[in-house]
Amino acid sequence: MDPLEALVAQIQGLSSTSGDINRLHSVLKQADESLRSESTRLSPILSQLDPSIHSLGFLYILEASMPAPVTRTQAETVVPIVTRFIGACSTEQIRLAPEKFLSVCRKLKDQVMLLEAPIRGVAPLFTALRKLQVSAEHLTPLHSDFLLLCLLAKCYKTGLSLLEDDVFEVDQPRDLFLYCYYGGMICIGQKQFQKALDLLHNVVTAPMSTISAIAVEAYKKYILVSLVRHGQFATSLPKYSSSAAQRNLKNFCQPYVDLANSYGTGKIGELEAYVQANAEKFESDNNLGLVKQVVSSMYKRNIQRLTQTYLTLSLQDIANTVQLNSPKEAEMHVLQMIQDGEIHATINQKDGMVRFLEDPEQYKTCEMIEHIDSSIQRIMALSRKLTAMDEQISCDQLYLSKAGRERQRYDFDDFDVPQKFNI
Amino acid sequence: MDGDDETSGPMIDEIYANGGGDDGEKRSRRAIMSGDQLDIEAYAALYSGRTKIMRLLFIADKMSNAGTQLEALRMAYDEIKKGENTQLFREVVQKIDGRLGPNYAMDAAWCDAVDRRAEQKKEKLENELNAYRTNLIKESIRMGYNDFGDFYYAHGQLGEAFKNYVRTRDYCTTSKHIIHMCMNAILVSIEMGQFPHVTSYVSKAEQAPEALDAVIVAKLRCAAGLANLEAKKYKLAARKFLETGPELGHHYNEVIAQQDVATYGGLCALATFDRAELKAIIDNSNFRNFLELVPEVRELINDFYSSHYASCLEYLGNLKANLLLDIHLHDHVETLYDQIRHKALIQYTHPFVSVDLNMMANAFKTTVAGLEKELEALITDNQIQARIDSHNKILYARHADQRNATFQRVLETGMQFDRDARSMLLRSNLIKHDFNLRALRKL
Repeated sequence: MDPLEALVAQIQGLSSTSGDINRLHSVLKQADESLRSESTRLSPILSQLDPSIHSLGFLYILEASMPAPVTRTQAETVVPIVTRFIGACSTEQIRLAPEKFLSVCRKLKDQVMLLEAPIRGVAPLFTALRKLQVSAEHLTPLHSDFLLLCLLAKCYKTGLSLLEDDVFEVDQPRDLFLYCYYGGMICIGQKQFQKALDLLHNVVTAPMSTISAIAVEAYKKYILVSLVRHGQFATSLPKYSSSAAQRNLKNFCQPYVDLANSYGTGKIGELEAYVQANAEKFESDNNLGLVKQVVSSMYKRNIQRLTQTYLTLSLQDIANTVQLNSPKEAEMHVLQMIQDGEIHATINQKDGMVRFLEDPEQYKTCEMIEHIDSSIQRIMALSRKLTAMDEQISCDQLYLSKAGRERQRYDFDDFDVPQKFNI
Repeated sequence: MDGDDETSGPMIDEIYANGGGDDGEKRSRRAIMSGDQLDIEAYAALYSGRTKIMRLLFIADKMSNAGTQLEALRMAYDEIKKGENTQLFREVVQKIDGRLGPNYAMDAAWCDAVDRRAEQKKEKLENELNAYRTNLIKESIRMGYNDFGDFYYAHGQLGEAFKNYVRTRDYCTTSKHIIHMCMNAILVSIEMGQFPHVTSYVSKAEQAPEALDAVIVAKLRCAAGLANLEAKKYKLAARKFLETGPELGHHYNEVIAQQDVATYGGLCALATFDRAELKAIIDNSNFRNFLELVPEVRELINDFYSSHYASCLEYLGNLKANLLLDIHLHDHVETLYDQIRHKALIQYTHPFVSVDLNMMANAFKTTVAGLEKELEALITDNQIQARIDSHNKILYARHADQRNATFQRVLETGMQFDRDARSMLLRSNLIKHDFNLRALRKL
């Protein structure tokens, strides 16, 4: 009998109980080499297998049947098969061979990108990701691929739904870096700047021994987003960030640091001139759009500052103080900001006056109480997690042995001896 | 005009008369500092020694008016001629540049004579000092160094003078000597503009075990006040000047006049003290004696305290030109004035719920637009809790809602903690990952 047919028979036979599947797994591992050599003959076999029942076997054969470089026509046929498989496969079986599953998903990603239809990969990858994930806190290598496809397909909302999960468990730092970087970009696209800032912050402050290109790009965006969000940027990184990042990141992003400095002076003319002069640099980094948002945030910030000082102010005065060209332009800015809930004000068009109001939030509504309550709950959960983590680390053998070694090195007695002799 | 040699006591009365005459207004008792023009002669008469020359030269440098400039230079010339400082003499002659006629030209013969005498005296002093040193008589050595200090001081070599004065320290036997040394060091340091030295020698003198003479105490307070003023610590400076006792009299004319104590102390206090402290100044009988000498400053403190800001600011405006000619105060006038003005604005708005900007602008003798700008700066600085109704030109006080602010802060802090904790967990997991990798490698 042809070894291939025998294998198919085995797959069909050994796909019911978990014991059988384990056996099948070892068989498949052995057959992997031979499968690869016959990759061209494999596609028809797939039709004999049911992806939901024979998931493991299907996976091995599918993986072997997907050659690395493909043509567009090949991709057209393969993509639906993979999509169907991902949708139907059984979670337990594919988790036995996560590398194979990953490889299949990655190939799918490459192929939809080849087809220039990234949107076709979004849904399958999301399903795949959920199937591979042990818990919502676990970061799979698929996260970053999924977010990349979301970005390319401009499905920011889909991407955001994934970003709502808190991620703690990480296998590969690179996965996390990419996840946070792409995630940050998606949040920027959705104008959720605080979330974007948090994600980019994770990249910039992550422990690293050398600077990576991802970290540099993330830092550039980090500077810009923190200007948009907070109107300021502290040039020094927090103490807990790695020394490599503290030393080197700034040197790679000089135009951005200068931009932040220029922003800090509060002079809109200066900022605009600087952006004009360096537009090419920002353009080549694909950050020009964000830079423009930085500039317009400066207007907003200046208008917001006026609300602290004035109760009423004419549009003409607003235009003068924040250096807008005409009262009309000032009106548009104020209007936009009222719509976005950034300021509380009313415009009197008859005499061109803006009346700034206090924040109407009185912290008395049920929604607010609920919001506060949920915040408290969240923080309590977080604090429990911290305690658990602390306990875990203080029981960790590796940690204890390392900590113990270091204590010994600076033993008090070692320093005590010479002093005695001095006397 | 009276001659230079007239004593300063009756001079002060003279000054009032002069000032009042110029103005012809109700405020008859104008001090030296008042008016459009400084009466240099009267001013110079307040001081003695080197500071008189330096102050005159400073005025000559700052004055644009050629007449007064020459007047100041002429007096400096006369004053220097009495001393032995040939270097300064040459400088002044150069500045006069023959504009005062042949009487005030370069006197080479005088210079040579003084220089020659100086050479001889130096030699004599050196011989004496050497003799004392070989005999190891402590008191004589101290005197020798002291003479050297005096000698250098008279000849304008301040650095050398300072060194020699400080050298006497090793030979001081009584606390009186130490104080003498400190006073000399302070004097030279002030002349050199080395105010950190001033502070340290003042504290050294104050640590003397024996009770100090009241005059010395007053002098030390003045010196400390000057040092704090130069260091821009206006509040401390004000305190020191206020503590200065009336015993000061004319004893410290080589550094500071009583009028200066009042002016410096008054302005610094206005700029930095709160109302209760200001009241204490007005009630302080010690300081009142000083203030009587400069009624302008007294009036202006009273006006400020009784909220007559317009007249207070007017006094300040009148004083400004002359204060800018003061050798110690000129650098600080702008800052102090700004602070006083800001305090006035803040105090004006403080008791009101709403303030009509037109009236306020009137009270401060300024335009509404200008006032708005000033208020805006103060509000942005969070010094005034109010908001401006630019349409109706009214300033409304703003009462921060503690409850809302607390809620806002709590929520913000919670978010912050949340973010920090999460990113910390993530980082610690990453570190653990690194740990695991290394552990695996070891295995």
